[in-house]
Amino acid sequence: MGSKRQFRIWRGDETGGDLQDYAVEVNEGEVVLDVIHRLQATEAPDLACRWNCKAGKCGSCSMEINGKPRLGCMTRMSTFEEAETVTVTPLRTFPVIRDLVTDVSFNYEKARETPAFAPPADVAPGDYRMQQVDVERSQEFRKCIECFLCQNVCHVIRDHDENKPAFSGPRFFIRASELDMHPLDTRTDRKEYAQSEMGLGFCNITKCCTEVCPEHIKITDNGIIPMKERVVDRRYDPLVWLGNKIFRRGQVPQTSATSGHSSGAVTTGAAHRGVHSHAGGSHDSGAERQAQQGVNWQREVPHPTAPAVDANGRLPLTELTFDRAAAPSPFGDDVEFPLPAEHLNFAHPQQDEPKH
Amino acid sequence: MTETRIERHHYDVVVIGAGGAGLRAAIEARLAGKKTAIISKSLFGKAHTVMAEGGAAAAMGNVNSRDNWQVHFRDTMRGGKFLNNFRMAELHAKESPQRIWELETYGALFDRTKDGKISQRNFGGHEYPRLAHVGDRTGLELIRTLQQKIVSLQQEDKREFGSYDARIRVFSETTITELLLDGDRVAGAFGYYRESGEFILFEAPAVVLATGGVGRSYKVTSNSWEYTGDGHALALRAGATLINMEFLQFHPTGMVWPPSVKGILVTESVRGDGGVLKNSDGKRFMFDYVPDVFRKQYAETEDEADRWYTDPDNNRRPPELLPRDEVARAINSEVKAGRGTPAGGVYLDIASRKSAEEIQRRLPSMYHQFKELADVDITKEPMEVGPTCHYVMGGVEVDPDSGAAAGTVRGLFAAGEVSGGMHGSNRLGGNSLSDLLVFGKRAGGHAATYADQLTARPAVSVAAVEAAVETALAPLQRDTGESPYQLQQDLQVVMGDLVGIIRREGELADALGRLAELRERVAKVSAVGGRRYNPGWHLALDLRNMLVVSECTAKAALERQESRGGHTREDYPAMDPKWRRVNLVCSLDGDAVRLTHKPLPAMRPELIGLFDRAELSKYLTDEELAEFDARTEEER
Repeated sequence: MGSKRQFRIWRGDETGGDLQDYAVEVNEGEVVLDVIHRLQATEAPDLACRWNCKAGKCGSCSMEINGKPRLGCMTRMSTFEEAETVTVTPLRTFPVIRDLVTDVSFNYEKARETPAFAPPADVAPGDYRMQQVDVERSQEFRKCIECFLCQNVCHVIRDHDENKPAFSGPRFFIRASELDMHPLDTRTDRKEYAQSEMGLGFCNITKCCTEVCPEHIKITDNGIIPMKERVVDRRYDPLVWLGNKIFRRGQVPQTSATSGHSSGAVTTGAAHRGVHSHAGGSHDSGAERQAQQGVNWQREVPHPTAPAVDANGRLPLTELTFDRAAAPSPFGDDVEFPLPAEHLNFAHPQQDEPKH
Repeated sequence: MTETRIERHHYDVVVIGAGGAGLRAAIEARLAGKKTAIISKSLFGKAHTVMAEGGAAAAMGNVNSRDNWQVHFRDTMRGGKFLNNFRMAELHAKESPQRIWELETYGALFDRTKDGKISQRNFGGHEYPRLAHVGDRTGLELIRTLQQKIVSLQQEDKREFGSYDARIRVFSETTITELLLDGDRVAGAFGYYRESGEFILFEAPAVVLATGGVGRSYKVTSNSWEYTGDGHALALRAGATLINMEFLQFHPTGMVWPPSVKGILVTESVRGDGGVLKNSDGKRFMFDYVPDVFRKQYAETEDEADRWYTDPDNNRRPPELLPRDEVARAINSEVKAGRGTPAGGVYLDIASRKSAEEIQRRLPSMYHQFKELADVDITKEPMEVGPTCHYVMGGVEVDPDSGAAAGTVRGLFAAGEVSGGMHGSNRLGGNSLSDLLVFGKRAGGHAATYADQLTARPAVSVAAVEAAVETALAPLQRDTGESPYQLQQDLQVVMGDLVGIIRREGELADALGRLAELRERVAKVSAVGGRRYNPGWHLALDLRNMLVVSECTAKAALERQESRGGHTREDYPAMDPKWRRVNLVCSLDGDAVRLTHKPLPAMRPELIGLFDRAELSKYLTDEELAEFDARTEEER
């Protein structure tokens, strides 16, 4: 009943590595993690891979399967064609330790920076009273199994290590949101804190995080957007808005981040070049060459793009509150076409070979 | 010996294990002002506690005000077939509500009743609705809440001392391979970082074991790879004793199809919410398996059983809610009689009894899990389920009040699944989450007190560390031995086939012979590759723990000539009151497992008085009953 299926699995460590081919027996009803276990038990006993519950509850076996961030235990082999080669690579946003295991300590650092639940001082244990309808909103976010797939897929930090100090990521936005909606949490500045200290403004709602969430938490719709909207509600001043609209102020990319580290990170990013990187690339030919080969996950990554924010440091939620018609250009609004040739990041496969 | 780099740390209390019990112990030690380390074999927050679905049992009386600690205590003793350490069951029943309420002050969000209290649900073996729950992901809520409480303590320390790690630090992906002693006192713990393979030495006067269970020694198990009996084995090697190792709980309803999810549990709340068990003839067979001791509490007809869901006060409960061991045995009998499903289980049907919306609302993660993992829609079709190795009742013999390990060692504490006694011969669903909290807190607190009382810190000897390094590196330096994966598979076959749910004398003796052979082979295991995140090496080191714990289980199972709770002997099918008075105690004599009989502590009069005589007569010896009668006579 089993059949041989083709796998390509990235093997290596922080010094580099490559995709290795394996032909593995796959039985009916198996998932990708079963196949990895079979490889460990047979031809690759030292293949490193995290896992625990194998039931989609602990969020340990996060990996990229055919380029998509997924849980190995939740990816059924029946979703692939019989002849399809399944490519498994480590999470790209975090540094590789070995094979499929990455250093996810970034997430634990961010968890520590997120202010904890602040219990009401005058309510004794046992006297907490809350209505089901009120706890349900936070409960959605507490379903999070911390697989960090949302963090991995988020383009603010994927390939943008330099944004990491200032950006907590979707996992911790919903943590902030959860506490914000907690009926008995006494801290009142969760939204402002998310905006000023956690880098909420970097998010431009592409919903990639929601798409990869194995718990189907509506990270963007129910967590991030309401936080952004409420930040807007509180800070919204119609006169300022009108002034911006008329005088077209504030077209320099910036955020409203007030803390030293976050504003610092953004200004250095923007000041270095003044050109958005989507158009430019990193100007580091070595890094670009590695990027072209596509297998060194530790490569130097292109420089960051600050989001196109308005004068108040926020992303436009709708065209109405933005200072130009239509959506921001995916290349950055300050880019003119055609692009200057030296800023293109295309590298010809044979560019380094001697010309005959 | 080659130069080996070893990172050294000094702590007051080292907690090995980062599940519910470990985290609660660490919180308590830190609140007592001790410098505390938490050792986690996985990443922080991934512990096996996340798998607990049903809830945490605590007699808060939010749903039925007649519930109280005495009723909970009775249920626990009944469930454990009176083999429980009564004092642990008593403390557990009394303290669980406080431990649950405390979680709310850490930020936990349980499901609510209409008047805004914590909602409680029915569960097998519990007389009243008693399980505080969050949908069917209560374990995740518990672990996340404790994890976040630890983070909040770290934030306090950061404000006070400038470092998150000043007083409580989590060492994630770190395995402890050896406890180090100074005479009979714990002096430290030695292990390695899984990520780098580098060695690490903790010097600490007090160690709390909270490493969970032993399920990875079995073929079909709901347990994760971490469950290799590390704490059990560390305790044994340090001179502590294990009790009740013959009692393993096989969860009655693990998935048996499709194979990728074999062993994954289907929570008991599926049955609490109306799900019924049927054999391949479509018969609701549990009515045929109600044992005499339970006859009074369970419905005899399907009609009465069905009325119970809406009117529990005037009807008896459905037999699907019998304690786990009874349900597991019933399923096993049906399958053996040829009335099982093609995959060797039975059907668990909720689809035909509840609307699709209700199922999705009451059992969201169950629905989700089946849909995604197996492409089975539980609102439309029945599930295929069967017994799965789930929980070990046995564990480190502890002082009930402090969690201090018995035996010759001092400074060693244990809490949670790794400790023994609390659950007797069978654990009630929902009792483990509250067990973690109650005894985690106690062990952490008492470890802190113990560390305070010491006048001098025990010292780690260099020779012991060198020996530990050598043992740890040995599998990497051999290249002639067998693969650890092969050895684990062979061990699982022995345990699954010969020391499984139904046991026989001949098979158990055979198992001991095979385990002795495996011991030789495990001593020569070799792992390929280097020290950096090498799962083969990690397994090779875990194997010796799995092996010694398996030996304890097989030996104790052979010795106990009766059937009780999680120990079923085909050749001794009845419960024997004489055996109820005995705990089987395992210790290490050099390399060999030694088994001794030890009398069970006798229940205090006011506790035994909570039961009626008719019930006690099913469990107690005539001698004990005469004592009971004499006492009742005196009181009159």
